[in-house]
Amino acid sequence: MSADASTSVNYLNHDRSIKSWLLTLDHKRIGILYLVVISLVFLGAGILALFIRLEQIAPGQDIMGPDAYNQIFTIHGVLMVFAFIIPAIPAILGNFVLPMQLGAKDVAFPRLNLLSFYLYVGGALIVLSALLVGRIDGGWTFYAPYSIRVGDSILFVTMGVFVMGFSSILTGVNFIVTIHKMRAPGLTWNRLPLFVWSLYSTAIVQVLATPVIGITVLLLFLERLLGIGIFDPALGGDPVLFQHFFWFYSHPAVYVMILPAFGIISELIGTFSRHRIFGYRFVALSSIAIAFLGALVWGHHLFVAGQSALASTVFSLLTFLIGIPTGVKVVNWVVTMHQGSIQLRTPMLYALMFLILFSIGGFTGIMLGVLPIDIHLHDTYFIVAHFHYVMVGGNVIAALGGLHYWWPKITGKIFNETLGRIAAGLIFVGFNLTFFPQFITGSRGMPRRYYDYPVEFESLNQLSTYGSWVLAAGMFLIAGYLLHSLFKGKKASANPWGSLTLEWTHTNRLPIPHNFERTPIVTRGAYDFHLAKDLFKDEPSGNGVDSHQVPDLEQEGRPEA
Amino acid sequence: MGENGSVFLPEASSSFASEVDALFNFVLAVSTVFFIAVVGTMIYFVIRYRRRSHSFVPAPGKDSRLLELVSIVFPTILVLILFTWGFQVFITLSTAPPDSYEIRVRGKQWFWEFEYPNGVVTVNEMYVPLNKPVRLKMSAEDVLHSFFVPEFRVKHDVIPNRYTTVWFEATKAGEYRIYCTEYCGTQHSAMLGMVHAVPEAEFNTWLQNQDQDIPLLDLGERIFSQYACNACHAIDGTRKIGPQLNGLAGITRTLDDGSTVVADDSYIRESILDPNAKVVDGFAPGLMPAALGASLTPRQLDGLLEYIKSLE
Ligand code: HEC
Ligand SMILES: [Cu+2]
Repeated sequence: MSADASTSVNYLNHDRSIKSWLLTLDHKRIGILYLVVISLVFLGAGILALFIRLEQIAPGQDIMGPDAYNQIFTIHGVLMVFAFIIPAIPAILGNFVLPMQLGAKDVAFPRLNLLSFYLYVGGALIVLSALLVGRIDGGWTFYAPYSIRVGDSILFVTMGVFVMGFSSILTGVNFIVTIHKMRAPGLTWNRLPLFVWSLYSTAIVQVLATPVIGITVLLLFLERLLGIGIFDPALGGDPVLFQHFFWFYSHPAVYVMILPAFGIISELIGTFSRHRIFGYRFVALSSIAIAFLGALVWGHHLFVAGQSALASTVFSLLTFLIGIPTGVKVVNWVVTMHQGSIQLRTPMLYALMFLILFSIGGFTGIMLGVLPIDIHLHDTYFIVAHFHYVMVGGNVIAALGGLHYWWPKITGKIFNETLGRIAAGLIFVGFNLTFFPQFITGSRGMPRRYYDYPVEFESLNQLSTYGSWVLAAGMFLIAGYLLHSLFKGKKASANPWGSLTLEWTHTNRLPIPHNFERTPIVTRGAYDFHLAKDLFKDEPSGNGVDSHQVPDLEQEGRPEA
Repeated sequence: MGENGSVFLPEASSSFASEVDALFNFVLAVSTVFFIAVVGTMIYFVIRYRRRSHSFVPAPGKDSRLLELVSIVFPTILVLILFTWGFQVFITLSTAPPDSYEIRVRGKQWFWEFEYPNGVVTVNEMYVPLNKPVRLKMSAEDVLHSFFVPEFRVKHDVIPNRYTTVWFEATKAGEYRIYCTEYCGTQHSAMLGMVHAVPEAEFNTWLQNQDQDIPLLDLGERIFSQYACNACHAIDGTRKIGPQLNGLAGITRTLDDGSTVVADDSYIRESILDPNAKVVDGFAPGLMPAALGASLTPRQLDGLLEYIKSLE
């Protein structure tokens, strides 16, 4: 038993120099580097979103002209999608947690991992450098030929996206090898935490789909520099081809955004229900299936874009089919709670919010899969609402849940639970207030990317703007109490939530640089709480507040290791 | 709430709008039922199975094959129904009736241009006859645009170098906004048009009156190419199926019966309206379609005259 965790060596205090951070090969520190940079991106892109909503509070010009507005929504989209949502969960939480969940010292290729980080930063900078060359305009989808007319900035943006994509590929390869090769003894595939499964399927998509954006960038360069007509109709190119390329990458990228969120939700619901995940195998394998099938549905973005009616029909059918496993997962999570022992801590609140918001995102997705309905709703605010329910209600809410859940392991501190719940409430109310009205403005006809709008949409837009303030208040509150906890927070115990995965059961309050003193030996599945009863015997574990200091468990002589 | 009692959908003003709405409302209803079931169960479980003791570890839940199977098969059947139903309506939406009235649509940064079969061109204002299928043949001049009329439930992208089409049959008289739904730059949100759905008689009057704005000569030139007069008549002195028309005005014509006639306004007018009344020497009678003249409005005829007389 280590006497006082704060004086013992851990991954944070073993070397405090700046260099040791910037050149670190420790997956945990790399995770934190990502956390810092990605949070800044989120802050920036989030503030842009507030500007967008502010301009939309009334028809006509409110705070800026159309050109500024158009650039702001474009940059908001580009940053949020490519620099925030895609990397957030795998790069931050995946990096921090994955090796520990596997009982490994680190990822398989620590240097490659560091390279991924710098590629990510470099890519983000290349995207922003486009602002020096010209405008960033055209929406995050960059449809030709408008985006090409804007100027050379498109080359920088797509290049930056590609470099960030390369970072994803390397992280993906790293994770795949790590999961295959570095699992602790006894950690069979059937015992893997579902977060690991989800990172695995995410990695598959990253490795397979991201090269397509590289090809697209290459073609754009060829067109731009040599004047070969590929996408630009003025040169005899085909603008619809660009859309095919774009979605051939970006639709799978949607799964890069959502699959890891599924993984977090499984962890949260398992832990806070103290119950095995119902249909574990289905949940695990369906992620893999979705990863592959996800490559076959890109055409549902092109129902009204000029693709053949036959193609649209096929894509509609495939879209429905891929929706089913996702729906079944939601059922699995709910059934997991049946006869469990449910504790509503802040991370679990996020899991429940996820189930509600993601379901709305999913059902509206099914709606959009129906061809004639999509024809009416395509490119309206309904779409904006739909994908915010999926991306924010799914990915961001899960990421927040995960961040709260692993916060004690990352920082060794516990955050203020009351504020945590209040913030979760604000986010839930703010989010719905912001985005639900957009379903209505959209289905009643208001197109997306609209600087100005007819006056009949005013009241709903106003509601939406008020909602964005509530949402922002929730986000800033989170940032506030999390930062506060760093300095003033109570010390967490090694396993404050009563989880069963190795990062909680077999590491110190703050993990040592190589995670484990000794390689753990695994004898049960990630959610076999009934086989770990002694863990919960006398310690009121899982209350989150450290009133009764749970001692750091020793690496040896543990009940089930 | 709209006039039709729906929170989500605007008025249904085209022949197939209510079919689309039926689908929409069906998915909405089924989704709502499922959503309430899922969230309701979730809330019930959270309350019913809340943690009572810190040391309590529940028995592991059993995997139920049956439940899993039901939760896969049932939604599969539902989405297949949706797909088939959606497909049927989609076919209606994508097949314009063969007798549709065709209007040419051009999307430009940042306005809509509509051209009618008789050559009338309007900007941002489109008139359509009620209860008649109208097919839009669309293309863009610069970047992508997208043609959207919410009340008709029609939308399609408008693309440079390519024709795309939508069709609809307006069933309620009124004015409906046309939006551009594909981002097209600074004034994207100002690229608004208006469809005026009016009874057919009113539509025809409107269309004829539209000629009024066009100078006679331009009107004549346009009609000349639109009615394919130029297929038979050269205007550069060469001989096609019919005699060349340049320099016709004022000259003396020899007819096939040997008589001569001065090509004044009345003669040209008669030659268009009743081609076989006087047949030019060296040309066979009956070649020039007699029906052509009948469909011309008086002003169009005047335009043609002006135009032919202007040819040298
Ligand atoms: C299918 C071929 C054809 C088309 C189409 C046609 N014409 Fe003719 N047109 C002729 C022929 C052949 C003649 C000579 C025989 C005659 O006078 O009927 C002629 C004669 C004329 C003449 C008298 C010429 C002269 O030298 O005296 C005029 C005027 C004329 N056409 C106008 C028109 C106009 C205006 C149109 C379009 C609305 C038109 N035509 C379309 C075949 C055609
Ligand atoms: Cu447009």
